[in-house]
This record gives sequence, C-alpha cells and structure tokens, in this order.
Amino acid sequence: MMGERALELDPLVVGVVLAMALVTAVTKVGGLWLLRRIEVSERFEAGLSVLPGAIVIAILGPELAAGGPAEWGAAGVVLLVMWRTESILLSLCSGVGTVVLFRAIV
Amino acid sequence: MVFGGDFGNALGLVQLDTNVTGTDGDAAEYDSGGATAHPDDAPAGEASTETSDGAETITFDRSGIRAGFLTCLPIALGVGGYGIAFGMLARRAGLSVAESALMSATVLAGAAQIIAVELWTDPIPVAAIVVATLAINLRYSLMGAALGPWLGRLSPLRSYGSLLVMADENWALTMREFQSGSGRGAFLLGTGIAMWVFWVTSTIIGAAAGGAIGDPASYGIDFVLAAVFVALAVELWEGRSTLVPWLVALATAVVAAALVPGQWYILLGGFAAAAVEVVRHDG
Repeated sequence: MMGERALELDPLVVGVVLAMALVTAVTKVGGLWLLRRIEVSERFEAGLSVLPGAIVIAILGPELAAGGPAEWGAAGVVLLVMWRTESILLSLCSGVGTVVLFRAIV
Repeated sequence: MVFGGDFGNALGLVQLDTNVTGTDGDAAEYDSGGATAHPDDAPAGEASTETSDGAETITFDRSGIRAGFLTCLPIALGVGGYGIAFGMLARRAGLSVAESALMSATVLAGAAQIIAVELWTDPIPVAAIVVATLAINLRYSLMGAALGPWLGRLSPLRSYGSLLVMADENWALTMREFQSGSGRGAFLLGTGIAMWVFWVTSTIIGAAAGGAIGDPASYGIDFVLAAVFVALAVELWEGRSTLVPWLVALATAVVAAALVPGQWYILLGGFAAAAVEVVRHDG
C-alpha cells in the first residue's frame, strides 16, 4: 500500500498545506503583535475562549449521532479512561479496542 | 496531560499583560488566573513586577533552549500519540506520507490538522479548510498575548520565531516557567523544538502504518478520530461554565449537519457557541 504514492507531493495539496501554515502562523504571532497596539474587550475574549471546545463538540455530535451502540459505548470508555488517567495513548487504545470488541458482539 | 487545553488560565493571564507594570496588587490577579496550575505563585508575580522595572534581565541562550526541550520531553511523548492518530487519518483522507509530514512540519497545530483532514475530500474544500484552521487556532493569539510581558522584551525575530512553535502543551509549560521568574526567554523555543520533533516523527510513523492497514473499520481505525475528540473534549472541559456553550454547539451542529451541505456545520456550531458566550458574558 505504501508504494511510490507515499512520497508524492501534489501541488494543490502543498498549496493548501502552506495556506494552513500561513493562517496558523498569523494566529500564533498575531496576539503578541496586536497586544502592543489595541485592547481586546473581555466580552470578546470570553467568546473566543469557548471556540476550541465548541468546535470539538460540533464535530463529535453529528459523528456519534451517525454511529450506533458500539461507537457510543466506546466513546464512553474513552471518556472514562481519559478522565481517570489523563493519558491520551491509553484512552485511544482502549477506545479502539472497545469499538472492535463491541462491533464483533453486536 | 494536565497541561492540555488550559484555556481558562490563558484568559485569566491575558488580562495581566496590560497591568504587569503595576503594583503588588497585580500579583493577586496572577493567583486567580493561574491558581489551578500554580497555586503558590505570589512570589512569581512579584518577581515579574520587578522584571518590568528592568531589575531582572531576560536571557535568550542555549541553556534556555535546552531546559525547555528537556522539560517538554515527557509531554511531547504524549503528543506523539496524537501525531500517530493524525498520520493515520491524513493517509485515510488521501494525503501521502510526504504531504502529511509537510503539514505537521509547517502547521504544527494538532486539533486544526485533525479537523482539516476530516474536511478533506475530493475536490479539496480549500475555503472550508483554511477558515476552519483559522477559527480553531484563534486561541493561539490569546495564548501568545499572555506570554507578552516576557516575549515582548525579546527581539521581534526571537519572540515571533518562538511563537511559531507554540502549541497548547508547551505554552502551558512556558507560562509556568516565565512566572517562576527564571528569565529564560528561550524556554518556549526549546519546548517547541521538542514538540516539533515528536509531532513530525509520529506523523510519519502514523501515515506509514495507516497506508499499510487494509479495511480501517475491521481494526477500529475509523473510530480513532471520534476517540481523539472525546479525549480532547475531556481536556478542554473547564467545569460547569463550559456546559452552555457546548450544548449550543452540539444542538447547532446536529441541526446544521442535517440541513446544510458540506462540513460547514462544524464552524456554525463553533461560532454559535462563541456568539452565545459573548452575549452571556457579564462584565
């Protein structure tokens, strides 16, 4: 499966990747740059601060809604393991293991 | 990873930048901002008040890079778990190993990259991917601003250069380091180098393995993304204050996914939650 495709660099893909890199760089340096120039309202900051979590939930919701009991159960296992151990590797492995197991049973 | 997604602290701290030159009263604000990560940082607050008067110098040298790199190593190892997942997802989305590695090397933003490859279809929805990347990474502006009192005293090349390798985890480490009053300005760069090395290496491993695996569903690989996001959500959870915006995001996304074509439901969910939070915010 690896084949010669593994090292392929499509010009369009490279372009999209570099555009992503550019906007990310702007967000990373933009705060310090702006800080020296304007004052952001506390209200705007509060809205900005919920964006990462909200986007994660916005992806997860429809994704899990489209799944079945196997995915829901496995998501619960990831939640529990992550909450208890705070280990991302352990959470991922137990989640993937659970979904394989549940799919075999259900 | 205790340090992941500590955005509440980012916000608490971002407010200090403007008045870090003030009196000892500001040290109390440090406590409210960083209390969970750093319960006993009143001395640190005083130390940084001193620095703004020029009493303490901020260095930028090899020993600072080294200290940052070594401190970040165990956390970078955990980040490698995300990198392997990202590499697999990128390969499944149709990116080559080289393209996946290029993205990790130049973008260096875990959540945004994972969402980008989730949006990735043929033809590539360029606008949606770039706008999503921008929206997800806007938090970096706040986090970078929070490092302002220290980075602002370095040359633009050094401060902006260091910020390019900033991600969630090493930002939290650097915030703690700076608050301790060590004056090691190169610490962020050191942690960033550790993050970069592990992120790129694990992406290549994940992408290579992802290409070798046959039907993803039979190995549960198709569940990796959902699992990564459940784990991310646990890290981003900040208690009851998170509940309302998340419910708004969930409801908006589920409804929009059924009504709006493409993947725009993700951004609609995110922006709806942000808008509600802006309206809700009192003070």
